[in-house]
Amino acid sequence: MKIPYYPGCTLNTVAKGFETSAKESSKTLGFELEELKGWNCCGATFPLTPDNTMALTAPAKVLAHAKAAGDGNKVTTLCSVCYNVLKRTNHVFKEDKARREVINSFIEESYEGELDVVHYLEVLRDTIGFDKVKEAVTRPLAGVKVAAYYGCMLLRPHEEVAIDDHESPTIIEDLMTALGADAVDFPQKIECCGAHLSMDRTDVVEKLSGNVMSSAVENGAELIVTSCPLCQYNLEKSQERTTVEVSGYKAVPIIYFTQLLGLALGQTDEMAGLKDNEWDARPLLKEKGV
Amino acid sequence: MKLKLSGREINSASMEHLERVSGEDAKKCYQCGNCSAGCPVSYEMDMNPSEIIRFLQFGKIDDAMAANSMWVCVGCLQCYSRCPKGVSAASILEGLRQLTLRKGQDHDEVKDLPVEFIKKAPQQAIVSGFRKFVS
Ligand code: SF4
Ligand code: SF4
Repeated sequence: MKIPYYPGCTLNTVAKGFETSAKESSKTLGFELEELKGWNCCGATFPLTPDNTMALTAPAKVLAHAKAAGDGNKVTTLCSVCYNVLKRTNHVFKEDKARREVINSFIEESYEGELDVVHYLEVLRDTIGFDKVKEAVTRPLAGVKVAAYYGCMLLRPHEEVAIDDHESPTIIEDLMTALGADAVDFPQKIECCGAHLSMDRTDVVEKLSGNVMSSAVENGAELIVTSCPLCQYNLEKSQERTTVEVSGYKAVPIIYFTQLLGLALGQTDEMAGLKDNEWDARPLLKEKGV
Repeated sequence: MKLKLSGREINSASMEHLERVSGEDAKKCYQCGNCSAGCPVSYEMDMNPSEIIRFLQFGKIDDAMAANSMWVCVGCLQCYSRCPKGVSAASILEGLRQLTLRKGQDHDEVKDLPVEFIKKAPQQAIVSGFRKFVS
């Protein structure tokens, strides 16, 4: 089974391990991520007002290409932000005929919102099944205490994008449990990391990301997983200051959920991209006998 | 603080403009404060989301524009998610930003961005930062 796959800019550059581990895991689980040809940036932020149709042209182009590429049913992505932008744009195409026509005439396409935009996590849960993932595990992550950090983009606005309950999601924890890890719940798992304020307000990012990490660690996390390259960057960037400012806080590795998936499915550390993370997860995994 | 009610301000052309751009009607809000309670950056705002909306209900768009709130909003949509009236403070703040940027008044100077940030940050941080802060 081949699924059309949109990587987005970051997965080809600063988040390579996110992609290599996901692609290889797919093969083990019996499907293939087929990268779209000649894709463009999705725009990295869905416009929060309706009076910004221009910003929808880039993601609309991606969707139109994706429809032509595969069986015309779905497109998947790994990055939470790409997922949010594509899914919300698709919603506009499904629901708003007038805007759809304006955008189509501008980008010279005839896309009508036929695709389902699904996150890779949804493919694992709904198409493959976490029970099948569990059966494929050759290196269980026994004893590793993992906090699943969702952030905003997989969950809000809930009526359009939520891949799970938007106040209390468990999809990543369920996957971690299937991999043999101990999933740790923590109150800040759906809060924002500070997002694009990394451009001009690193103090705010450090506070918000610090709140997320200290909440995870307070609840016993030894490692945090995410699905968003911007969350990953903001958390890593804020870790030093959190270590200084929050008493008792101990830095933890912050990696992509697919990196743990890959390891559990038997991938090498290189394939899972573990050497690229600023806080190395390998000593912890070794200590746990993974 | 006392706010003087003025029909002229409440129904001003700029208020109408903001409503059209943001797609939101501030008058739907009944000031429960849920948005501000859930907003992760309220602490940093001159006026928190429900205060911005209160000022707009009185037509005080200049005060809402002068506050730093629109520039520290992270667009996380917790406000909308928790609003019992279905109001999106996020859309209102984006509307205010849009009105400012469309006049060519940038919030950030591209030349001032730290090289380290441009080199290391994921592209999505830069692209979305540009969309929020630069016209
Ligand atoms: S949550 Fe909604 S109704 Fe309550 S103050 Fe905020 S905008 Fe108004
Ligand atoms: S979208 Fe903006 S106003 Fe709304 S909760 Fe998030 S930061 Fe606050």
